[in-house]
Amino acid sequence: MTTLTQNRGRRGALWLRRAVGLLATVAATFFGLLLVTFLIGRIVPVDPVLAVVGDRAPQSVYDKVFHELGLDRPLWEQFWMWLQKVATGDFGTSFLTKKPIVEDIRRVFPATLELATVSIIIGTLVGVPAGVWAAVRQGRWADQLVRVLGLVGYSAPIFWLGLLGLLIFYAKLGVVAGPGRIDIAYEYSFTPETGLYLWDTARQGAWDAFGNAFSHIILPASLLGYFSMAYISRMTRSFMLAELGQEYIVTARVKGVPEWRIVWVHALRNAAVPLVTVIALSYAGLLEGSVLTETVFAWPGLGQYLTNSLQNADMNAVLGGTLVIGAIFVGLNLLSDLLYSMLDARVRRGS
Amino acid sequence: MNRSGRAQGASLLNREDTMHYSRLLASVALGAQLVTASPASLMAETPADTLVQAWSIDDIISLDPAEIFEFTASEIAGNTYETLIGYDPKDVTNIFGKVAESWTISEDGKTISFKIKEGRTFASGNPITAEDAVFSLVRAVKLDKSPAFILTQFGLNAENVDQMVVATGDYSFDFKMDQAYAPTLVLYCLTATVASVVDKKVVMEHEANGDFGYEWLKVNYAGSGPFTIRDWRANEVVVLERNENYAGDKPAMARAIYRHIPETATQRLLLEKGDIDIARNLAAEDIAALKDNPDIKLESGAKGSIYYLGLNQKNEYLSKPQVRQAMKHLVDYQTIADTIMAGKVMVHQAFLPEGFLGALNDNPFSLDVAKAKELLAEAGVPDGFTVTMDTRNTPEITAMGQAIQQTMAEAGVKLELIPGDGGQTLTKYRARNHDIYIGRWGPDYQDPHTNADTFARNPDNSDEAASKPLAWRNAWDIPEMTGKADAAMLEADPAKRAQMYVELQTESQQTSPFVIMFQEIEVSGMRKNVDGFIIGPSFNDNSFAHLTK
Repeated sequence: MTTLTQNRGRRGALWLRRAVGLLATVAATFFGLLLVTFLIGRIVPVDPVLAVVGDRAPQSVYDKVFHELGLDRPLWEQFWMWLQKVATGDFGTSFLTKKPIVEDIRRVFPATLELATVSIIIGTLVGVPAGVWAAVRQGRWADQLVRVLGLVGYSAPIFWLGLLGLLIFYAKLGVVAGPGRIDIAYEYSFTPETGLYLWDTARQGAWDAFGNAFSHIILPASLLGYFSMAYISRMTRSFMLAELGQEYIVTARVKGVPEWRIVWVHALRNAAVPLVTVIALSYAGLLEGSVLTETVFAWPGLGQYLTNSLQNADMNAVLGGTLVIGAIFVGLNLLSDLLYSMLDARVRRGS
Repeated sequence: MNRSGRAQGASLLNREDTMHYSRLLASVALGAQLVTASPASLMAETPADTLVQAWSIDDIISLDPAEIFEFTASEIAGNTYETLIGYDPKDVTNIFGKVAESWTISEDGKTISFKIKEGRTFASGNPITAEDAVFSLVRAVKLDKSPAFILTQFGLNAENVDQMVVATGDYSFDFKMDQAYAPTLVLYCLTATVASVVDKKVVMEHEANGDFGYEWLKVNYAGSGPFTIRDWRANEVVVLERNENYAGDKPAMARAIYRHIPETATQRLLLEKGDIDIARNLAAEDIAALKDNPDIKLESGAKGSIYYLGLNQKNEYLSKPQVRQAMKHLVDYQTIADTIMAGKVMVHQAFLPEGFLGALNDNPFSLDVAKAKELLAEAGVPDGFTVTMDTRNTPEITAMGQAIQQTMAEAGVKLELIPGDGGQTLTKYRARNHDIYIGRWGPDYQDPHTNADTFARNPDNSDEAASKPLAWRNAWDIPEMTGKADAAMLEADPAKRAQMYVELQTESQQTSPFVIMFQEIEVSGMRKNVDGFIIGPSFNDNSFAHLTK
């Protein structure tokens, strides 16, 4: 009885220490991220006042805004002031859109989230089986095919593929809709509650609009999916090759386990552990917003927003966006760690 | 005349930057189109009562006329608000009343008395009265946003404006100034977006903390133009709707929509496909490709923007008069206009764009290496010299820079291009840290003073100067010319005034550190059935109020 309580207490303390350690790491990561972004934003030889008042503003207007932005204060003080505000949930206002950063990000992020999610689903559903297939047929034509496709996907510039895709599937064949998220005719036939058009239209039963949104997203999502597929299939292939060379596979074969079971259950199950991290990081990469894809497909997402803000030295927007991306990376990393421990018996037992 | 304040300062440059990634590969991708046969695929069409335009609208930062100073927002204001007076885009000397019925100028030339047209209403249904006109001007001065100087240059400020702009009746008011400025100058300034008449009642309903409704109006609408603004989603879409209370002829279109399409090749595809009616940002190769498309027509109009090189007079070589002259002979103007810009500019070598009062349309310079060498020898640098040029990394500016680099090398002038992002090069230019800057300048309003003020005036050339026009940025100290420009600002007789500007330009053309090269031409691609789109000299003259399709 006593030993049990003691044990439980010790385990509780352990958990607490781990949680505190984790929090400290996360906090340090964010602080570093913000500090570096902030400094870069100040070092860039672009005058942020220009973005606010323009090239023609009289000196008096310029000086007024310079002061309002706090640019006349020392750097550390500017950073400190900004941190204090962030701590209260106030990320400031964008110079460009004149709206609070939080509102801006709430508007642009769903577009990116939707695109990234559809893309990663496509990438995973195609990439994992392709990688497994290539590993099983190592050195044969199937393997070569997957590897070449992966190489092309990995190295072709995406806006080039994007334009080519638009040219073929939209302009020539007319099987998908063009750039943008939805046609104007459907624009007002539903209420964008979450900003995820597929979700919103489906929930409200606006199936025409759903179909239209789907035909808009499918091309850019397939392209981005192709890119993540290239990476995922390559990684799956190498993880699978590593697993298939293990002794337990030989043992299984000797025992007469059917080959499909060996590949899809025994080997893949173990390869899945590092694969989760790969997929999570690909997803995080997509969530950053693909600037070029968003530009070619006129997709009003985070990538376009951040690039535009950065080029105009709209530092509030850049810092806010960086924070969101940082949170996504940290969050997905934590999630993949969690899945890791669920999938890997050794990690599970170790904890 | 482009309200290009911030557009030039920031967003516009970046819009071009984004396109820059894809330029080469886009043409490769589209080249592939020639190879594949083109089956008639199902035709997407825009609704019959809706005009859909593709345009880079990322320069919009406000929809409040007191603050609007960008290309896109100016055009939106031009179609949704009414100014006191307007001018005919085809003949700018023809000035007429819009909200105003008529005006008279006092003996001493310091007061203009306006009469407002009676019986007209705002989109809200409220009547348009002198009170609204006065409120709009006072509000713009007191808010003191970037374009406010267009009004405050007449001696108005936050303290005195309540005494300077006063209603004298329900439908009449006086506009007073500190000096007898040229009436043409004042009237042209009152055609600018900043002088749009806003609905006082609606705006003041949304006032908070004495902000004259600014927080509200920057994303909302309170005007009387042919269209109303229904929705603006930054970097996504702007939706205009027909103003059912508009006093003039009602537009044929029930809606006019701008879609934000940053990539020019994408705009072209949408246009070819019929998903948009008008493509507003086409690159030279898109224009070339669309020329032979039977479904598409191209329309163009001269704009006020000017491309020029600014030679910093702090540079020991560039400050020599003969060197400045030689540089003007080392640009292959016509070739750049015909090839790199392919119809999007025309050669123009004076600081007032064609179409302006007093514009000088002589182009005395052409590529002449021998002459340039002579001049360089006279200046004591027969073997040339090395200078840098800050070049924005957009495809067009970069290509121009490279062409100029080549021709300058022929005379021994070694030009090193320093590529940079728009904000970057501009920041450096504003601090006078450049040797040569390749720039683009759009007038702020339709009067010649706007460009004379910046190209031919430099009241104080010291580093701490209060006003920093382009002449200052290039450290060109010109007390005499500044005096002449000031005098032209006060000349009441339009013909005499025009002559003064011609003289100013003739002198500046020969002596200035500005190699003025081109005037911009706006080219839009539109579906064949689109009729009545007007491309005016400035963006707030661009009109689709009477467009049909």
